[in-house]
Amino acid sequence: MEEEWDEDGPEVVKRFMYVNRKAPYGTVYALEMLEKVLIAAAFEQDVHVVFMDDGVYQLKKGQETKGVNMKNFSPTFRALEGYDVEKLYAEKESLEARGLTVDDLVVPVEVLTSEELKALMSKQEVILTA
Amino acid sequence: MLLHTVNKSPFERNTLESCLRVCEDGAGILLIEDGVYGALDNTAVADLIKKRMGNIKFYVLGPDIDARGLANQTMIEGIESVDFGGFVDLVEKHSATQSWL
Repeated sequence: MEEEWDEDGPEVVKRFMYVNRKAPYGTVYALEMLEKVLIAAAFEQDVHVVFMDDGVYQLKKGQETKGVNMKNFSPTFRALEGYDVEKLYAEKESLEARGLTVDDLVVPVEVLTSEELKALMSKQEVILTA
Repeated sequence: MLLHTVNKSPFERNTLESCLRVCEDGAGILLIEDGVYGALDNTAVADLIKKRMGNIKFYVLGPDIDARGLANQTMIEGIESVDFGGFVDLVEKHSATQSWL
């Protein structure tokens, strides 16, 4: 079967931003967002993943979910690099409000102030927030 | 410039506050569903919007105001009420829409 695109890559590449604002296990939003990121990555889009508000808790090291019988999906953030998703950002104000630093996170991120995030966000063509 | 939609009450969630924190001057914010409570004047949260009035264009979805019995309440001055057609126009005239949840 003929593919829409092959070695040449996708015909259209858009700047996608995924804004994670929710903590990981209380609701399904965080996990679903990760699925959406992987879909965009599969289509070789220009993916930007942002963590702000309680979303920064998705990246907290040391998640241990056996006791609540849920899948710990935090290791998946480390695998994103393998899908060429390398633009990960956390908002400085959200980290600070929660007493977190980059050393507390499972994956390297670029820390942006809300002013810097504002500028990056306004350049996006598609933004999905949850 | 982006259009942001906010659908959560500012009394219950920090969504409007976070949106404002990363919203560029010149952008638009449309309050919809429970987000319309943020458009009311003389509330504990009214200053959130008042502080950015003039830099950001604020809109509220009229049918959601009506549905909640708020049609006769005082809105923050400068917020423009739109109907569903106006919502579509706003989406069309901005570069992208960020739907805050």
